[in-house]
Amino acid sequence: MFPKGTKRKFSDSREEPVAGGEDVNQSSLAAVRMLSSYSLQRQSLLDMSLIKLQLCHMLVEPNLCRSVLIANTVRQIQEEMTQDGTWQIMTQALSAANAAAQCSADRLVATEVLCRQTEAAQGEQVPKPFPVVGSEGCPAEEVLEEEEAAAAEVGMTMSTVSPQAPTSYLPGTFGMDPCWEEEETGEDDDDDEEEDSEECGSGSEGEERERDSLVEDTRTAEQVFGTFEIKNPAPSPDPALEELFSDVDASYYDLDTVLTGMQSVPKMGPYDLLESLSSHGPSPLSSSTSCRSDLNELDHIMEIIVGS
Amino acid sequence: CCLLHTHDLVVVPLSADIISTVEFNYSGELLATGDKGGRVVIFQREQESKNRPHSRGEYNVYSTFQSHEPEFDYLKSLEIEEKINKIRWLPQQNAAHSLLSTNDKTIKLWKISQRDKRAEGYNLKDEDGRLRDPFRITSLRVPVLLPMDRMVEASPRRIFANAHTYHINSISVNSDHETYLSADDLRVNLWHLEITDRSFNIVDIKPANMEELTEVITAAECHPHQCNVFVYSSSKGTIRLCDMRAAALCDRQSKFFEEPEDPSSRSFFSEIISSISDVKFSHSGRYMMTRDYLSVKVWDLNMENRPVETYQVHEYLRSKLCSLYENDCIFDKFECCWNGADSAIMTGSYNNFFRMFDRNTRRDITLEASRENSKPRAILKARKVSTGGKRKKDEISVDSLDFNKKILHTAWHPKENVIAVAATNNLYIFQDKIN
Repeated sequence: MFPKGTKRKFSDSREEPVAGGEDVNQSSLAAVRMLSSYSLQRQSLLDMSLIKLQLCHMLVEPNLCRSVLIANTVRQIQEEMTQDGTWQIMTQALSAANAAAQCSADRLVATEVLCRQTEAAQGEQVPKPFPVVGSEGCPAEEVLEEEEAAAAEVGMTMSTVSPQAPTSYLPGTFGMDPCWEEEETGEDDDDDEEEDSEECGSGSEGEERERDSLVEDTRTAEQVFGTFEIKNPAPSPDPALEELFSDVDASYYDLDTVLTGMQSVPKMGPYDLLESLSSHGPSPLSSSTSCRSDLNELDHIMEIIVGS
Repeated sequence: CCLLHTHDLVVVPLSADIISTVEFNYSGELLATGDKGGRVVIFQREQESKNRPHSRGEYNVYSTFQSHEPEFDYLKSLEIEEKINKIRWLPQQNAAHSLLSTNDKTIKLWKISQRDKRAEGYNLKDEDGRLRDPFRITSLRVPVLLPMDRMVEASPRRIFANAHTYHINSISVNSDHETYLSADDLRVNLWHLEITDRSFNIVDIKPANMEELTEVITAAECHPHQCNVFVYSSSKGTIRLCDMRAAALCDRQSKFFEEPEDPSSRSFFSEIISSISDVKFSHSGRYMMTRDYLSVKVWDLNMENRPVETYQVHEYLRSKLCSLYENDCIFDKFECCWNGADSAIMTGSYNNFFRMFDRNTRRDITLEASRENSKPRAILKARKVSTGGKRKKDEISVDSLDFNKKILHTAWHPKENVIAVAATNNLYIFQDKIN
């Protein structure tokens, strides 16, 4: 539970009065523990909020009031973490870990990104340009250590959190294999974001700009198609997902609707495959390293979700 | 008469659908409910009769009709729910009754009329309706009216569509009885009851850049007497009172009501629990009441900087906000209502509890709407939630509360002490029996 009272700042714990030598260690230790606990709670609230924003798109238009309130909560947490300095620490930690990644630590997430409403030209978005927020809100040293420990949890959290990822996230490694598995999930996210009610492949300019601000090159259509054909002919049925969609009338999601680009809300589950295929029409060619940076960015997103 | 003792109980189990709105008409003779399946059920109060003294004023089903059907928005590939968000009665102008019912996108005006007489003895046709042979008609007769089984029929007279991009949360009939307003998350429109192809947009809080959206409209209502005045509440706990005479677009409010935040109770959930879920003018028009997650506040329209009265509905939930955020209960939209005299207010809570506050005596009571605990004609027992460690007998602990049993919709008869409480898919009607 969140304690009542004023927010604890990172610096406050250092200013607590100390009595003696041993007491110094004890009180600062207690302060650090208290801070960690608060940071953990704050982090879990942030993760919970992000999950809520993602999962709020179903057959019916999501509740705008609820989305706005959750987005405001996320922004509040972000602002506080920025003031604490925790935000910058994590940005640095993550960019140190991901050399190829491009992130902007200063950018606070806009409401639109967090909870894009289904206007005619927009779709429900995954909070994509989250530059950081990988690990628990702990000081930098702990971040690097805990990334390994948190990684194990991450795998578990992933399967419950993201219905798009029946496979688990392989922690720590950013090599090719995990990337491909990861891509299935991440691709869906990005594909969904690029998806508009406009024609497939063109995407909206705003979204292109957004993507470009974080990632330099776009991926190739071949790579996407290739990935899906080789690795993922069809997503494996996830029991949680089945339950989620048990009362969905599948006739709405026929291929015609999808391929005409009329879908403006990203759908989860087995139909994502069709959507991503349709939305990746003519894309420019680029090298495989751009794919890797994309995938690293996708790692960020997953880290945000699972709070590794 | 005593406010806080309710006696008679009528439970009307409706079908499986969850009741989404409850509203008495102006006389209190009719009670309308709307449900998640788009259906409207209207109850009528039985007239008192000497023959059946015990059935004083019981409510029985008068009419049932399907108001809204599910639709599909092909442009967005989204379903439009048929759930009735609000019903508002129109003042009665002739023998028929009229009401407005709305789902997320479309408002409909329904006319409910009854026939309990039929004419017999026509000259030109016989009883079957077949035309009589003119040569066979030898004399003229005057048709007579004979009683028949009462037939109630509802017909949609107006459909007000395509005016809202976002989800309609409120409708409110104006005191001029000619216009009404409808509000969605970002806009408020003014309609004329006779004109369906046009509406005036009077409030628009949609930012030019949706990225900047941080606040939405949560409820709106017309002033009960001044037809140029209305209010709308927001997700940030503010209420704006607007005068339609000031400008065509009422983006600049005449009055701005907001209570300053208590810094000592600030948390990440402060904004969410400050979001106003309902706003209702008092019958007198001097006050208005707002409902946020934990409390009900009464505002004097002449004082903008703080409410004149605050009532805690379920303060024991303040320490559970994180769990309530997790299970989404923190977003539940509770409604509130005044009694006819504006001396008492009522609102719902969890575990099928509802709360009534007497503004004069400052007494409050918690009652439960459940079949197990109340038999017809029984006196409702006051309930209590124990907050401390020690739980007294008959008290219920916070952790035992059933958060799936929420009372979001309640209504109070405009003149008498009769209340209607919607508990999921059951409607409870309580009456105050005067011996």
